[in-house]
Amino acid sequence: MKPSILKGKVWILRDSNNKMINNIDTDMIFHNKYLHITNINEMGQYALDNLEGWTDFSKKAEPGDILVVGENFGAGSSRQQAVDCFISLGIQALIGESFGAIYKRNTINAGLPLIESPHIGGMEGDKLKMESGNEVEIDLLNGTILNKTTGKSYKANPLPEVVYEIYQNGGVFEYAKKF
Amino acid sequence: MGQSVIQQILSRHSDQKPVVGDIIWMNIDLRTARDFGGPNVVENLEHYFENNKKVDDISKTYFTFDTVAPAKNIGYADNQHKCRMFAWKEGIKIFDVDQGIGTHIMLEKGYVGPGYTAVGTDSHYNILGAICAFGQGMGDQDIALAFRAGRVWYEVPPSMLVSIKGKPRELFSAKDLTLKVLGRLGAKGALGRCIEYKGEPVDKLDLPGRITLASMATEMGAISSFIIPDEGVLEFCKKRMGKLPSFIPEMEENVDYIEKIEIDINDCIPQISRPNHPEDVVSIDEAAGAKIHSVFIGSCTNGRFEDFEAAARLLEKHKVEQSVMCRLVPSTREVYGQLLESGLLRKFYEAGAIISNPGCGGCASGQIGMTGTGEVQISTSNRNFKGKQGNGLTYLASPLIAAACAIKGEIVDYKTLLNMM
Repeated sequence: MKPSILKGKVWILRDSNNKMINNIDTDMIFHNKYLHITNINEMGQYALDNLEGWTDFSKKAEPGDILVVGENFGAGSSRQQAVDCFISLGIQALIGESFGAIYKRNTINAGLPLIESPHIGGMEGDKLKMESGNEVEIDLLNGTILNKTTGKSYKANPLPEVVYEIYQNGGVFEYAKKF
Repeated sequence: MGQSVIQQILSRHSDQKPVVGDIIWMNIDLRTARDFGGPNVVENLEHYFENNKKVDDISKTYFTFDTVAPAKNIGYADNQHKCRMFAWKEGIKIFDVDQGIGTHIMLEKGYVGPGYTAVGTDSHYNILGAICAFGQGMGDQDIALAFRAGRVWYEVPPSMLVSIKGKPRELFSAKDLTLKVLGRLGAKGALGRCIEYKGEPVDKLDLPGRITLASMATEMGAISSFIIPDEGVLEFCKKRMGKLPSFIPEMEENVDYIEKIEIDINDCIPQISRPNHPEDVVSIDEAAGAKIHSVFIGSCTNGRFEDFEAAARLLEKHKVEQSVMCRLVPSTREVYGQLLESGLLRKFYEAGAIISNPGCGGCASGQIGMTGTGEVQISTSNRNFKGKQGNGLTYLASPLIAAACAIKGEIVDYKTLLNMM
């Protein structure tokens, strides 16, 4: 069994003015010049290396970290590497205000838990008062996100049953082996 | 509270309740992969299920090669043959490069009926909404999952109601209606939603007309669109399937539509979509006079026999302008046979048209030629994005309008069109 409660420190994708960066496309996440790479272990080093202010993300991120993103994260192409590069770094979960439609499917299929919740990382309406580096605890089954650094908590949507099932199986293909 | 068409279909294909916004498992009645995306489906299945059974049910699984048929480059030749070798090994039936567009073949063979669920690697799979089946194009991971497990996960989409009313002018076809709806909704007007159509102009559409309307849901941003079957459609399905499915979707009362739109087509004349943006739709009079160098009649949108009959209304009495390339591509081998038997093939030959074997034709990269810089094309397909069919410009219109432009070498106005008939 994989844990239903995830604990880790967050990285919040904000710009130099401390505003959430919206519409981050798959070329900013995993640039098309690396599309030939098929070994997941090699993908992590290029994660976000085309996103201004975050080009050194792969050097800062540690296994178990949680990534918090803004609106329409993962817009654009269908490349699976844009999800796999985070798995490669050991990122435990994505929390985002909204995701590109294909990116969302790819993330869920890969078994990476994805929590979608409006205003979660924004300065306005950010009920968790989150800053990068804060320690956060996510209960995937009831949707509660607790910022252990500030003590604030917030009830997001729990992981849908199907998504939790895929996560527990370690991805959609592992899940499909049961059939 | 009534159920939308997609909810009616999902509730019969899932153990879970189809609440809008929820993610549920959807059982898939028909699973296909084509020569685009298909090779990746094969790679996924070979990689992840190395020593396992790879296909849930071969009687519901097919390969269809329609994108580049026959393969004109080594990449497609390799890809098609990769799929063939996998299909032979697993016992999956292939509709090879001689057969035509996959979704159309599935309809002709009766592998899909009203209320069915179907997925494949073709972004216009929602064409199946023409018979009120749910079809969706998906990525290679999802299709591999559908091949292997017979199900995919699915976020239940909201539905919107599009009511059409009014009596258009003469020669206003299903494509003109489709373009009119697209122009009104725009490229994102139905984003992430299903559309349900109603109204007399929709009810009156024959199956090829319904295929045209359903095929362009993608360009409206929609996941899928649905047209409730009439007697003619049910008769077609019964003949092709052997017997009708026990459940046929209906439009229920008190459905919680996210939006309701009414479109009046009263007195409308034929429509045309201007280059680079399918949703940039005007009447032909507003685009008249533009020089046309090449014409493509065919595609999953307008590749049925009835579409060629419409083009033949003009091409049987006028010749293609000498400077114009006029290319015709039947959607399937069955349509090709109908053209042959009806004598239309000979009429098109005598009119000066180029006739190609069945397939996706003008929509696939260069299968029947691409446009050069400065070249202006009129196409009956569904997309005219910049660069998709070459460096030139592409207009979208009905088969009749495309034929008229092939004959005149320019976009005709409505009065000229009437005089040509």
